[in-house]
Amino acid sequence: MPLQSRQNYDTLIVGGGLVGAAVACGIAATGAGVAVLDGGDRDFRASRGNFGLVWVQGKGADFPAYARLSGVAARQWADFSAELEDATGIDVGLQQTGGYDFCLTGDEWQQREWEMRQVALHTGGEFEYQMLDAAELRQRIPEVSGEVLGASYSAADGHVNPLYLLRALHQRMHDLGVNYAPGQVVQASRRHNDEYVVSTLQQDYRAAKLVFCAGLSNQRLCRDLDMHIPVQPLRGQLLITDRVPVFLPAATLQVRQTREGTLQIGDSHEDVGLDESTTLDVITRLAQRAVRIFPHLAAVRVNRAWGALRVMTPDGVPIYHQSAEHPGAYAISCHSGVTLAALHAREIANWICSGAQDSLIAPFSAERFNV
Amino acid sequence: MFKILGDTGEHLVVELDGDEVTVPAGVSVAAALLYLDRIPTRHSVVNGLPRAPYCMMGVCFECLIEVDGVVDQRACQLQVRAGQRLRRQLATSKVESA
Repeated sequence: MPLQSRQNYDTLIVGGGLVGAAVACGIAATGAGVAVLDGGDRDFRASRGNFGLVWVQGKGADFPAYARLSGVAARQWADFSAELEDATGIDVGLQQTGGYDFCLTGDEWQQREWEMRQVALHTGGEFEYQMLDAAELRQRIPEVSGEVLGASYSAADGHVNPLYLLRALHQRMHDLGVNYAPGQVVQASRRHNDEYVVSTLQQDYRAAKLVFCAGLSNQRLCRDLDMHIPVQPLRGQLLITDRVPVFLPAATLQVRQTREGTLQIGDSHEDVGLDESTTLDVITRLAQRAVRIFPHLAAVRVNRAWGALRVMTPDGVPIYHQSAEHPGAYAISCHSGVTLAALHAREIANWICSGAQDSLIAPFSAERFNV
Repeated sequence: MFKILGDTGEHLVVELDGDEVTVPAGVSVAAALLYLDRIPTRHSVVNGLPRAPYCMMGVCFECLIEVDGVVDQRACQLQVRAGQRLRRQLATSKVESA
C-alpha cells in the first residue's frame, strides 16, 4: 500500500489491533490527522486470537474504578455496534443477552458470590447480577449437567465476533482518512522540541501526540519515553468445534456459541512467556470441562485449536497512562479489548484529544505501580 | 451443470440417500454431488438454509455430509469409493447430528 508523502500528524498511534484501531477511530472522527503504525502478520496479536466476550461480571472486585469503567464500557456496546454498522455496513454480531459463569465446586460458588457482591457495591448497584442454583440454571439452559452447582448471571454481558469487530474498526479508520501503515518495525521513539518522532525500519513519523497501543510490545517501546508499562503475556488456548444447533441463549465464560453455530471453548490462562503453541494437556482439560458442563458436547467434533498471547498487567486492570514528563505521550494496555472497545473509541479518544484529566480514567495511570 | 474434466470414463457405484447412483471414479464426494446435481447437500443446523459445496478445499465446512454413518464429514476432502453410503443432511431427512 503506498503511504502518503505526509509525515507530520496530529496523533501517531503505535499498534493497529482492537485497542489502537478503536482509539484511532475516535480521534480521527474529530477531524485530527492520524497515522496508525501496525506490525506484521507474524507478530503476536491478541486481537486475532480473542474469545469475543463483552464481559463485566466479576471485573474490578478489588479495584472499584475498574468495576465502574467496565460497566460504562459495556452499556455503550449496543449503540456502538449500531454506529459501526451504519458507518461500515459490517455487523459485528453483538448478542448482549447476558452472560453465565458456571460453578462446579462450592469454593467457586463462594468466590463468585463475593466478587459479584463487590462489583455491585463498587458501582452503587448499577451492576446487577443473580446467583442461579442448579434448578434455576437448568430452567434457562436445559443442557447443563447435574454436576454443575449453579452459575453467576449478569444481563450486562454478551459477545461479538472479534474478527468482524477488528475488520469493522479498520474499515472505519480507512473511511475516516487514517493513514494505516502495516508491517512497521518500530526502532525508537523520541521527543524533539514540541513533537514526537517515531523511527521505523521504513521511515520517520512525526506528530504532536503519540499513543502506544502495542500490546505486549508496550513495555519495550514505552521505555524510550521514560514510561514504565509493565505487561506480561498470558496464553489462552481455544478449541473450535463443528457447527451445532443453537442451544446457548447467552454467552458463557467457558463456551461461546457463534451465530454460525460453532462452539468456541476457552477459559485457560497460562504464564508461559512468548509461546503461543497449543498443548495436549490444556486442550484435554478444556474439552473435559466443557463436557462436564454440557454432556451432549461429548459427541461434537473439535476441528481446530489455537493458542494466543493476551496482554496482562500486574493487577489485571487496564493501564491508561499519560506521561508526566512528556505531555502528549500516552500508553494504553489492557486485557479486554472487546469489552472496552466503545470506551476506547469515545472516552479514551476524547481524553487524548483534550489532554485534560478525567475522573473516570485517572485511577488507571501506571503511576499506581510506582509505590 | 458440471462436467468432469479429464474424464477417464471409469465409474463406480455409491449409495446416496438410499439409492444406488453411478459416479465418476477418482473425484471427491463433493464433486460427485455437484456432478449429480444433488443440491442442496444439507440444510444449516442453525437456520435451516440450504447449503452446497463451496470452497472445495476443506476450509469452509459448507459441504458437510454423512458418510458411512458418520455425520458432518467434509465431502470435498473425501474421494468416492465403491459401496460408500452417502446421506445428505437435509432438514427433511433424519439427521443424527450432535
